[in-house]
Amino acid sequence: MSPTTPVPHDIPLPMPAPEPLLVAVLIVFFLMHIVFVNLMVGGALMSLYYELRGLKEKRYDRLAYEIAATITANKSIAVVLGVGPLLAINTLYTVYFYTANALTGAFWIAIVPLVIVAFVLTYVHKYLWHQMERVRWLHIAVAAAACLLFLFIPLIFLTNVNLMLFPDKWGSVQGFFSALALPNVLPRYAHFILACPAMTGLLLVWLFRRRPEAEIAEMGFSRAELVRLGYRWAFWPTMAQFIVGPIAFFTLPHVASPIGGVIAAFGLSFLLAFALCVVMIREIRGPDGSIGRRFGTTCALMLAVVALMGVGRHLYREAAVAPHRAQVEAKTKDYIRRADEARRAAQARDGAPASVRP
Amino acid sequence: MDFPVFHLDILGNRGLIAVIATLHVLVNHGLAVGMMPLVAAMEWYGHRRGDARWDRLAYRILFVCFLITTTVGALTGVGIWLSVSLVNPYSIGSLIRVFFWAWFVEWLVFITEVLLILAYTLTWKRWSTGAAKVRHIRLGFALAFFSWVTMAIIVSILGFMMDPGNWLSQQTLWSGFANPIYLPQLAFRTPLAAAMAGVIAMFLVPFFVKREDPFRATALRAIAVWTLVAAPLVLAGGLWYFSVVPEAMRENFGVALASLAFAEWQQRFLEIAALTVIAILVVVQVAIARPNLLPRVALLVPFVAILWMTGHFERVREFVRKPYVIGSYMYANGFRVEDYPLLQRDGVLAYATYSNPLTPAEQAGLPQGLSEAERTARLAEIQLGKDVFMTTCSRCHTGHGVNAVTAHLKRMFGDRPWEPELTAGYIESMHDAQPYMPPFPGNRRELKLLGAYLHHLQTNDAPVPGAQQAGVVVVTPEARAAAATGRPPATRAAAMPRTSETAAR
Repeated sequence: MSPTTPVPHDIPLPMPAPEPLLVAVLIVFFLMHIVFVNLMVGGALMSLYYELRGLKEKRYDRLAYEIAATITANKSIAVVLGVGPLLAINTLYTVYFYTANALTGAFWIAIVPLVIVAFVLTYVHKYLWHQMERVRWLHIAVAAAACLLFLFIPLIFLTNVNLMLFPDKWGSVQGFFSALALPNVLPRYAHFILACPAMTGLLLVWLFRRRPEAEIAEMGFSRAELVRLGYRWAFWPTMAQFIVGPIAFFTLPHVASPIGGVIAAFGLSFLLAFALCVVMIREIRGPDGSIGRRFGTTCALMLAVVALMGVGRHLYREAAVAPHRAQVEAKTKDYIRRADEARRAAQARDGAPASVRP
Repeated sequence: MDFPVFHLDILGNRGLIAVIATLHVLVNHGLAVGMMPLVAAMEWYGHRRGDARWDRLAYRILFVCFLITTTVGALTGVGIWLSVSLVNPYSIGSLIRVFFWAWFVEWLVFITEVLLILAYTLTWKRWSTGAAKVRHIRLGFALAFFSWVTMAIIVSILGFMMDPGNWLSQQTLWSGFANPIYLPQLAFRTPLAAAMAGVIAMFLVPFFVKREDPFRATALRAIAVWTLVAAPLVLAGGLWYFSVVPEAMRENFGVALASLAFAEWQQRFLEIAALTVIAILVVVQVAIARPNLLPRVALLVPFVAILWMTGHFERVREFVRKPYVIGSYMYANGFRVEDYPLLQRDGVLAYATYSNPLTPAEQAGLPQGLSEAERTARLAEIQLGKDVFMTTCSRCHTGHGVNAVTAHLKRMFGDRPWEPELTAGYIESMHDAQPYMPPFPGNRRELKLLGAYLHHLQTNDAPVPGAQQAGVVVVTPEARAAAATGRPPATRAAAMPRTSETAAR
């Protein structure tokens, strides 16, 4: 660690719960949160895409509306599920998280108005769909604006959680954009963005697999067409992850602690992702009558891949901060000891209460 | 203290929190906690009477609430947290360590609340008859209950910040939770939310029911009765709250000053509360007796009055906890009370990990005719003074914006030079004269450095940037030792190994 790496002291209060419990809260709820974020971002992007296609072929417009209708619930669940992991990260990574927040503060707090605006736009897009048919271009502009916001906001989060891992960069970062330029932010961002249509593709399979025949017919598609379309959205981005994923991994900054567990978790998820793609391609290529039968297997594999990603991500984070955290702990202890001594000395000297000037 | 310092020099850091929190309280109290039981009651009443008009009105009001609570409401709730963790990470970090489980449970309740409002809104049309309707009405009351519970949990944390009660000695979650201000505050906020919702609902009715429709008068009258019941309880809750506050405050302030300042605030609050309740009662009387004569703008009067009262209430709440951010445990500047003997002996800079580099604009305004060496020495001193300012003052004060130190100094000392001895002498004993100010946490040398910085601010009005703009400089052990002993001010930046990054700066 270089001499310019800051070693601050932590808040001198004990952890409110055993660490493994906090870690479990962080990993489990963060993954649930991120899946719904995927569905929200992917839903917004795909709704826009199909609305544009719907300009020529009406049935795609109906599909776009179906997708837009899912965002309302998904976005609310995404926000509410984010709070628990935020609580856990506040306790487990106090020094790291607050420092990264402060260094990118202007953009970090801009998340609040940006998300509000994005949500309002998705409401306008969904609830005024039919009223705005005469001003189609405006309706599309609303969707496009929401998409741009949804594409930008994750970048703020990613920049933050990336910056928090590297105390040696804290002294050289000046605002959000310089933190954004740190290596690895963009590959991780690409990895995240590709997961959005993949997850939303599976949501479409789930939506249309069992929907009553009459409703499907009303949309102007056959069931197999819709299910296949969902699988394609899940398949191709996941294939692309075989390139983007390793890039994101190999651009991770080198850490001093061993990362065998990280490699194992990512390696295993790589293999399972391969199995996932095999299952999906068999679904896509299979006959219309049997499509969707392997949906359970597909979801189970996807869940396993996502869970392993979450574990690998956590192990890497631990490896990145472990040596530094040991120094922070030592410094915090030293600080508390000095504060206690000084307080006792002051009391012995003049019996003054702690808050009165010596 | 030991995080990079986020700072907004125009709006002020407290301003950022205030804007977000005010919006949140407005949406939470008026559109969720107070409104959900009202909407559920309207749905139930319409079902019982077999009158679909109640159902339609209830749904329209709910839809407005749904749009606003799931956007502005939810995000400003998270926003309070994000803004507080930027502005005062020490306090929120400490609160989370104490209240983790309370917050965790609150979060589970919040998830339930969000799922319920989604279900309640999105199933309204599908679950419209028979047993499904009954189930739907129950869903509404469950939503109302969980909305209230989220508020009930958060209020305990707000009460804790003012008076931790037995927590200081016991340090357990429950002792913090059962602090003495809790119940009175809840007793005030609950009817306040109901009254707010009533006024907002009355305001919305004319948008959804036409003037010619006799139902408009019926609906206004019924909602008016709801508001009429809540209004006196607001006053009663307020009186109870203000009867327990002085006790809590006496621990923070000297008795005489506390009672003096407090009597003024209390008087003011009671006047505003009385006015608000009268405004509500007058409007409600008109709504009941002559609903058709009630102009829409008239409803703005009690609405604005409620906002005014709530705003005053929150300001008093903030005022009462001063000079602490967590009563008797942590001062508003983020330093723990028990760290003061250490910091006042060794200085705050001795334990600061970061320095807040002066921008070129901040370096302007030095006296003419200084030699290069004098200039360097002066800037080094100002740099250290700025670090003292950022660490000890900037959580509440700006350089030149809202609640600016320069404005206070100008009021006190006018245009004569703010010599370091003058300001340092004042700051040293300021907490005796102004009990809502924490004592200065640093040592005597740092008082002088702060004085030198304040003197510089008299001739330099460049905005003071926070870490989010200017970044931070990591203080090396050598620089820290120099700062602590007061050896000749080799600049802190100069004490750093020159890398391309520091050179660029």
